[in-house]
Amino acid sequence: MPSYVITEKCDGCKGQDKTACMYICPNDLMVLDMEKMKAYNRDPSMCWECQCCVKICPQQAMDVRGYADFIPLGASCVPLRGSQDIMWTVKFRDGSLKRFKFPIRTNEEGSADPLGGYPTHDDLNSQALATEPASLGLDAVPTL
Amino acid sequence: MANFETVEVNTDLLIVGGGFTACGAATEAAYWAKKNGLKVTLVDKAALDRSGAVAMGLSAINQYVGVRDGDNTVEDYVRYVRQDLMGISREDLVYNIARHVDSTVHLFEKWGLKIWTDEDGKYVHEGRWQLMINGESYKIIIAEAAKNAIADAGGEIYERIFITEPLMDGNRCVGAVGFSTREEKFYVFKAKATIAAAGGAVHVFRPRSVGEGFGRSWYPPFNTGSSAYFTMKAGAEMTCQEVRFIPVRFKDAYGPVGAWFLLFKSRAISAEGGEYMAVRKDELQNWAPYGLAKPIPANLRNYLGMLDMDEGLGPLYMETDEAINKIADAFKEDPKAFKKKMKELESEAWEDFLDMTISQAHLWAAQNVKPEEKHSEIAACEPYFIGSHSGASGAWVSGPEDLDTPYKWGYANMCTVDGLFAAGDASGASSHKFSSGSHAEGRIAGKAAIKYVVEKGADPNVDMAKVEGLKKKILSPLDLWQAHCNETTDPEINANYILPRQFMFRLQKLMDEYAGGVTSAFKTSKSLLDRAMELFVFLKEDSEKLGARDLYELERCWENIHRMWQGEAHVRTMLFREETRWPGYYFRSDTPKMDEDNWHCFANCRWDPASGEWEMMKRDVVPLPGV
Repeated sequence: MPSYVITEKCDGCKGQDKTACMYICPNDLMVLDMEKMKAYNRDPSMCWECQCCVKICPQQAMDVRGYADFIPLGASCVPLRGSQDIMWTVKFRDGSLKRFKFPIRTNEEGSADPLGGYPTHDDLNSQALATEPASLGLDAVPTL
Repeated sequence: MANFETVEVNTDLLIVGGGFTACGAATEAAYWAKKNGLKVTLVDKAALDRSGAVAMGLSAINQYVGVRDGDNTVEDYVRYVRQDLMGISREDLVYNIARHVDSTVHLFEKWGLKIWTDEDGKYVHEGRWQLMINGESYKIIIAEAAKNAIADAGGEIYERIFITEPLMDGNRCVGAVGFSTREEKFYVFKAKATIAAAGGAVHVFRPRSVGEGFGRSWYPPFNTGSSAYFTMKAGAEMTCQEVRFIPVRFKDAYGPVGAWFLLFKSRAISAEGGEYMAVRKDELQNWAPYGLAKPIPANLRNYLGMLDMDEGLGPLYMETDEAINKIADAFKEDPKAFKKKMKELESEAWEDFLDMTISQAHLWAAQNVKPEEKHSEIAACEPYFIGSHSGASGAWVSGPEDLDTPYKWGYANMCTVDGLFAAGDASGASSHKFSSGSHAEGRIAGKAAIKYVVEKGADPNVDMAKVEGLKKKILSPLDLWQAHCNETTDPEINANYILPRQFMFRLQKLMDEYAGGVTSAFKTSKSLLDRAMELFVFLKEDSEKLGARDLYELERCWENIHRMWQGEAHVRTMLFREETRWPGYYFRSDTPKMDEDNWHCFANCRWDPASGEWEMMKRDVVPLPGV
């Protein structure tokens, strides 16, 4: 069962109208069992193991158990995603560990300016897109 | 009929999809829409932050031309794609994307994407066109810019709505219909122009893993042929429907090999130790002139490895240990520098997986793989439809207005259907766009679509009686289930309906065994394809008998209908093209050679909405003048 929910840790994202994992799963796999107030992956064999659910879970109640038909047991890749970096703990079957930290973006969340601060123009008929040619770093859009 | 509320949304431009192409379209269209007082609406099957093929992230940008720094010219890129696609590409489209893609990449950097730079501040290349990134949040960043652009222009984003069908007014697309995957609501989007940007297709063919790992396709399982279906059902002419893509990747988890081949200069060998690219070099002569080009086309590299497999020389291996030790050799005089370099390489190698194919890191950890000590197995994946990568299937779209190209009938990236635009995986014969080029092509289509609305955008004329008919048809799997589910003690087995999962298995079995899937070693023939067409008749009839017990299964039903249409177009076009041109993607055993005299052309097709008949046609390949 690729991504799974740890019973003890999941609180069903109570107080919110939907759970974080349900909100984010690109393949619409996560659902909330309203009776138990716990989420689950309803179709593990359609799971891409993208870990979007694992990364977003506010309770760290999710993990991945590798596809049973080709991944031996005993390993894990656990992310801890912050606003600027992601930390990975890779556990090997033999018990050894590797830890990695990678940046995920260079600025504050939410601050992406669609025009990137480049000058724009008004010509709907030209081949230049909104921020071009400045965003190309050229004087004009290339043509033949 | 299931009692779904009908929600009507009126907009000027509708963008169907939420991945890179759709985000590019939204970002650009919002700018021009605001200037012209128009509304942009984007509708996504999932959540924009993590929808589409880049949901997990990526470790590289695969298309950056580097015109600014004089590294390459736009023409260089056209020549590269021409060769890789064995001479069959829409060079006007490739040129158009390549001349805009650098600005897309520069915008990505401004939006917060970390692109690796060297001590001089220049981008670190993985290969000639590829840049290294820290791309875990690649999609989130690109979605953020699109969201901000739409919000600024007063547009709207609808998430968790699955678009199933185009809305047509004769040969003009006037929007789309679909349903919420969260509540019982049927959506009618009326639009003056529509952009199809809903990705490629996975799970048309049976994957190698059929147990729990069924979902571990290389391209994501949520790319379900929706772009192809949408454009085909609108009556758009399609191109290169035979050109599927088969990537060779680390076996089973399908982790990326780009860094190993390009950055670490690793070799691939058979179990006997022969490097198939060297041992089988003479075979490339049979595919001249393309076989003699550098880089060797992706499908031919596949093919040489497949020849080894056919001869029983598998498994194939990536020589990771040899590559790392070769790099280490360069530092043998300086143990401290060596240690530092190894740490750097280790981190790069693992990030390559963790950014975009976490399962591969998991598999290596589970098998205690230390790449510096032992090589790792590689294999050809199952076939995918991905016009943005090294496949080419998609809609036949109009070329850029300023270029001397015969492929022009209106606005850039408009299909042969009025008011319907296609980009990314949805537009064909313009491969090697990848993430950045798809975004750039989305921007091109976004601007062109707004221009169309400004100049020609009459109010959409929507026949609500027809919409009601569509609603009934789209919800029919729920009705069929309701009508019959109590007739058997196990509702999964019922003579009156077929559930989406078994339907998908039937499509996959058909495609795998007759259309050159994994178990057929990617080989097919006229006889096999004719048989596939016979079986398709039953499958299509039975698609009317799909049953769904809930919204989730309704979503899966329609995804599978979309896949089925992609599969049929593929089979028809492989039948039409009587040669083998991309032997590492599929091999037609009855026409095993490339035939430049008769088949140096596009193989196009069109489903006629009026008659329900398919038409197959050849279209000339016209190179860009002077390139």
